[in-house]
Amino acid sequence: MEIFDIFLLEAVINGLLLGGILALLALGLNLIFGVIDVVWICYAEMIMIGMYTVYYTHNVYGWPLWLAFLAAIAVVALMGVILHQFVIRPVLAAEPINQLLVTGGVLFFLQAAATLVFGVEFRNVGVRLPQLQLGEMYFSFSRLIAFLVALAGMIAVYLFLKRTFIGTAIRAISQDRAIMPLMGVNPNRIFLTTSALGGGLAGLAACLLVLQYDIHPAIGLTFGPITFMVCVLGGLGNMVGGFIAAFIFAQFISVGGFFLHSEWGYVLAFLFFIGVMFWRPQGILGGK
Amino acid sequence: MLRLTDVCAGYGGFQALFKVSLEVNAGETVAVIGPNGAGKTTLLRVISKLIDAGSGEITMQGRHLKDVPSHEVIGYGIAHVPENRRLFPKLSVEDNLKMGAFVPAARTRFAERLEQVYTLFPRMRERRHQFAGTLSGGEQQMCAIGRALMSGPKLLLLDEPSAGLAPVVVQSIFEVVRKMIAEGYTVLIVEQNIRQVLKVASRAYLLETGRIKLSGTSAELLESNEIKKAYLGL
Amino acid sequence: MSANLRWIVIAALALAPFSGMGNYPLHLLIMCLLWGFAYTGWAIMGRLGLVSLGHGAFFGIGAYVVVMAWNHWGLSPWLGLPLALAVAALVAFLIGYPCFRFKIVGHYFALVTLALSEVTRLIIVALRDQTGGSLGATPTTALQQADYSIWAMQFPSKVVWFYIVFGCWLLGLWIWTRVDRSMTRLALQAISQEEDAAASVGMSITRLKLGMTMISALVTCAGGVLYAQYQQYVNPETVSGIGISLQMVFGAIAGGMFVRFGPTVGAAFTLLLAEGLRLALGHDIHGLDTTLYGLMLVLFIIFMPKGILGAAQEAWLQRRAKPASAAAA
Repeated sequence: MEIFDIFLLEAVINGLLLGGILALLALGLNLIFGVIDVVWICYAEMIMIGMYTVYYTHNVYGWPLWLAFLAAIAVVALMGVILHQFVIRPVLAAEPINQLLVTGGVLFFLQAAATLVFGVEFRNVGVRLPQLQLGEMYFSFSRLIAFLVALAGMIAVYLFLKRTFIGTAIRAISQDRAIMPLMGVNPNRIFLTTSALGGGLAGLAACLLVLQYDIHPAIGLTFGPITFMVCVLGGLGNMVGGFIAAFIFAQFISVGGFFLHSEWGYVLAFLFFIGVMFWRPQGILGGK
Repeated sequence: MLRLTDVCAGYGGFQALFKVSLEVNAGETVAVIGPNGAGKTTLLRVISKLIDAGSGEITMQGRHLKDVPSHEVIGYGIAHVPENRRLFPKLSVEDNLKMGAFVPAARTRFAERLEQVYTLFPRMRERRHQFAGTLSGGEQQMCAIGRALMSGPKLLLLDEPSAGLAPVVVQSIFEVVRKMIAEGYTVLIVEQNIRQVLKVASRAYLLETGRIKLSGTSAELLESNEIKKAYLGL
Repeated sequence: MSANLRWIVIAALALAPFSGMGNYPLHLLIMCLLWGFAYTGWAIMGRLGLVSLGHGAFFGIGAYVVVMAWNHWGLSPWLGLPLALAVAALVAFLIGYPCFRFKIVGHYFALVTLALSEVTRLIIVALRDQTGGSLGATPTTALQQADYSIWAMQFPSKVVWFYIVFGCWLLGLWIWTRVDRSMTRLALQAISQEEDAAASVGMSITRLKLGMTMISALVTCAGGVLYAQYQQYVNPETVSGIGISLQMVFGAIAGGMFVRFGPTVGAAFTLLLAEGLRLALGHDIHGLDTTLYGLMLVLFIIFMPKGILGAAQEAWLQRRAKPASAAAA
């Protein structure tokens, strides 16, 4: 019975670590939606490109890992800006359905382009980090690092939004876009900054994911839907809600996978999601 | 300082201003009075470039505002306090004031101006961390005016500061306006409350259905029969 | 589209198998109509502003329920069909009811449906012992003794399948038309009841949306059944999940979802684009066709939001209006 408890604890802690990453993923998406009112359906695919960036700069061109990480963050941040300026901005005035679909088109495009350029073989950055042992429990060091970095990233974003002028403007624009020019704020500039920030967060997530998972063009399909679900669960656009929902969701995956076959952990989490949607479709902290 | 010459403006197919001309000189307090729907709010929005004038000229200290985008108007020294306050409800009072100082020129003097605003509005200092949406009407108006002051403007545009406020509160708001006039601000104030506003303004224009019907000193307007009959019920 | 043109197109299609076209073009035509049928089903909801990114769930339910029922219980697909429809209707209700009651629309609704399609795909994969998981499944063949089997809904002849799919396609168009006609009446009703008590308005709008959702789900589900029986192979990636869901949406939008034949045109367009690119560029260039597809879709949404047919219609209407206004001037 004692061993049973230990492994359960291990699952819970692993769930916590997973939750950290999911929270980071959700943060970027919620930020974009909360400020610009658009969902980047291609968010996971942008992360995928970030992962390839790490691989190519580090494994192919031999850059040191930390530089490869910076490159990935910069690349995806730039992607975010380009995405907003050339793809989303033209349809901002159109119906919301068009905005959803245009990013969906980008999803297709990125996946296919990645297949074309990078091929379908699985790649791995090949960074082997040790296992940590705590009593009878084993934890992946890379997971722990990912958790800490994700946490640090979220705190940094929080401080940025709270303390800086631009951060305050980002918070303001979602509350009253029309009067922003009166304070000398160019709304499009703020949207571009937010897009860069959202993209940067995606790039950061890519760096963390690349330590634990293989890279291939369709990998976005594995964590994309989960990210959306976490956001919806927490209340779309609500960053705190997404944070909480990420950890709850991760626990379902981890502990559920512990009691049942690992895949069923995901199924359980999704059924939980459907259940919450039935009871409270606006999400746990969502308001209408 | 500010001059409008034959300005026409409208929304879509609907014209709201017909050849409006007015001017505000440095240090003056000028009022624009008139009934609902006269176009008073449109007038201010045209000045701050939230709407484009269809024709006519607008100059601020001799410089044309014609091709200036709306977010650069504040750089010309014009601060607009919009109708209904329009604070950011889920930002704190201090964050709202911070937004007022967003332009780089204002950021360097942020701490200093914040202190000035808190001195002018002690109640704002008390409530600095409170969400602006939870303030009372009068407090919101103070916050909105404070926000405009944070940019160190030369010209202040006030859109119906007394709207929706109880008479007692209205008094205090106009006290605030007096204080600002005493500090030397140039103010263009648009109002429906004729009695109060003509007490603080030196000159005024009467705007009816998009046209300037009367203009003159406040004393002249208060004496005019038109105003007396139509608006003061005499 | 004028009524005459419509009938000419339908008549031409009805005679298509006898035009001497080979098996491969006939196969393409069948796929066009099959996907057109499914896309039309999606558009019934889509044109109401209820954008579902999860119709892969209904398609997948249709495909897997009939195949599994046949393989495990020997249940004829003719009986599996109503079973699949019932499941699809249930799922549509479970998702639709809370969303509409709480007025969840737009992005939110789209993401909820997206989750739904992913859940479906994952459950299919997780149940790999029964479904074959990611490797997919084939209906057990009933063709050892005979050339075809009505009971098993297995017809090797493409001509037979053409007429089955053609018939369903026409049915789909008929449903679309009926919904279209009743929509104005119901919409007016809903709007007029805006003045009445809020409760009754909420109820009727919810009921309207729920009804549309169920119809849409049923049509798409039927499409899945057809697909499974025609292709004789199902795979969780191809029939469920976000990929197929997005494909449906894009097809319908590209063709024009506010127009009756729009989704079908979209299906034809995307199918022929993929086939054309594959033929022109060969299998070696993996993914070029989908890259161009994705690029075109982005450009479509930006520049032609009404879709091909919708834009064509508009252009045609404008040209008809010009002489009249010239005459009036």
